[in-house]
Amino acid sequence: MSTLAIRLPRRLSGSTRVLPGFGLSMGISVLFISLVLLLPMTGLFGQLAGLSPGEYWAIVSDPRVAASYATTLGAAGAAALVNAAFGLLLAWVLVRYEFPGKRLVDALMDLPFALPTAVAGITLATLYAKSGWAGSVLEPLGIKVAYTWVGIALAMAFTSIPFVVRTVQPVLEDMPAEVDEAAMSLGASDGVGFRRVILPHLWPALVTGTGLAFVRSLGEFGAVIFIAGNTPYETEITSLMIFVKLQEYDYAGASAIASVLLFVSLALLLAINVWQGRFVRRLHGGKG
Amino acid sequence: MAFPRPAATLKRSLLAVAVAASASGAANAADRELLNASYDIARELFAEINPKFESWWEKEHGESVEVSQSHNGSSAQARSIMQGLGADVVTFNQVTDVQVLADAGLVADDWQEAFDNNASPYYSTTAFLVRKGNPKNIESWDDLAGDDVEIVFPNPKTSGNGRYTYLAAWGAADKRLDGDEEKIRDYMKTFLGNVEVFDTGGRGATTSFIEREIGDVLISFESEVNNIRGEYGSDDYEVVVPPVSILAEFPVAVVKENAEKNDNVDLAQGYLDYLYREDTQRLLANFNYRVHDDTVVEEFSDQFPDTRLLEVKDVFGGWDQAMEKHFESGGLIDQLQRR
Repeated sequence: MSTLAIRLPRRLSGSTRVLPGFGLSMGISVLFISLVLLLPMTGLFGQLAGLSPGEYWAIVSDPRVAASYATTLGAAGAAALVNAAFGLLLAWVLVRYEFPGKRLVDALMDLPFALPTAVAGITLATLYAKSGWAGSVLEPLGIKVAYTWVGIALAMAFTSIPFVVRTVQPVLEDMPAEVDEAAMSLGASDGVGFRRVILPHLWPALVTGTGLAFVRSLGEFGAVIFIAGNTPYETEITSLMIFVKLQEYDYAGASAIASVLLFVSLALLLAINVWQGRFVRRLHGGKG
Repeated sequence: MAFPRPAATLKRSLLAVAVAASASGAANAADRELLNASYDIARELFAEINPKFESWWEKEHGESVEVSQSHNGSSAQARSIMQGLGADVVTFNQVTDVQVLADAGLVADDWQEAFDNNASPYYSTTAFLVRKGNPKNIESWDDLAGDDVEIVFPNPKTSGNGRYTYLAAWGAADKRLDGDEEKIRDYMKTFLGNVEVFDTGGRGATTSFIEREIGDVLISFESEVNNIRGEYGSDDYEVVVPPVSILAEFPVAVVKENAEKNDNVDLAQGYLDYLYREDTQRLLANFNYRVHDDTVVEEFSDQFPDTRLLEVKDVFGGWDQAMEKHFESGGLIDQLQRR
């Protein structure tokens, strides 16, 4: 047997790594991450260096800016929840049913990623203004969408729906229809089957997708700005506050407000990751 | 059918490439190049002025030059120049944006004295565009604080155009109410409360008013309002120039740092001087800007109604004070909009 070991090239036999070229690929990855992610982030925090903690707090807690947090968080939350429900439904339909034009619908799901968000915003505003197709139907019924909070949530929902669909879809594809059919055959009703069998399986993907959609909505500017109306204390979003600061040549102020969005997003993404880790451990029988 | 065959298309596109190449070759052949950084809606204006200037310069100085344009919001342009955009001259719509460059040492401190009329070769004011027949009877700033009037103008926080509107409303109220600041603030609160949409820029506000049919009145530069009426139909809209409004200057300056580096100081100077020539002033008046040249003013007297134009320095003590008191974070506009 020892002869066999000798035939192996020395480089491989001496290495415990499975993949070749680890050093090089890891090096390139780290360099790329540094250039594309870390450098801009450092730049952002570098702008903050000129602010004292008191100044920082005064900027981020300004009443008008604080009102924009409420608007942004509320609308992003609403958009994420709506997308969670409808994204799940869309993914379900795309995976479980065959219908004409299915591939087209599937392709359409990615459209919000491809479309420049400003175009989406202008289109939505045109559509939902009182002179637009949808607006001319809704406004006589007393439902105002364009230039209200509803419009902001709508624009956010538009730009973030692919996150939910595209995270839930593959998980659903991995789960064959036999699973829920087995539940049914054991006497579970539709509701119980969905709640006890399907949903637990999809839950992590659904939460991740919804979280991503939420985080994406927090920073959205182009799509929202055209439909928001931008009335102070009512329909101003946080990214507009950042834009205003930049117009005033106040880079530090802009970075301060941006850092708030960044911290909220980072905390949420981290929380989802931690939660998911525990979820997976529990799934595999470890202690949660 | 007349579809071009692939070979023909290929030949044509090769030809196009060749033409483009020779065109850019011609451009490179210009002895000198000048970059003019300007505000968004001046694109068409300078597209018309530049070729005229180029042939004039060639005739006068026997030297071929090429003027390139760069357009964006003028605050954004100022930012770009501070970050390295090599513009030789700026033609802005905001005194403050040139001042920022002067404070950064890129433009001479006395730039407002370097050319006539505070270095503003043309000017405008703030005017109203109302729907046909003026159903809400809007004639002056006072009418804009009515109960059922909906106003559209760009956000003063993000748009110079919007800042002028705010200052004009304040200035007119100041004159009407004899400087009683308490009453002016009340008026401004109602005025700002009547705003339906705060678009981030002038063109966005135009879209809201025209395409989305929001509001009873659009407030913008007189030049812009006239251009909109010209474009969208004089049957549907009317222009109202209020009896009291504000002088909106369009300042120009040589970016001396860049012009010296590009060896373009005389060319930059000549370009800005050219804006004051009678022919150019006539062209500017055709774009609905008010000008200073007496002959041209006479010719266009029908187009620009007499109105009392308040100056920022008279009412607000200058741009620095106006910015500080009204527009900075926590300033008056923030207080007036607080609820």
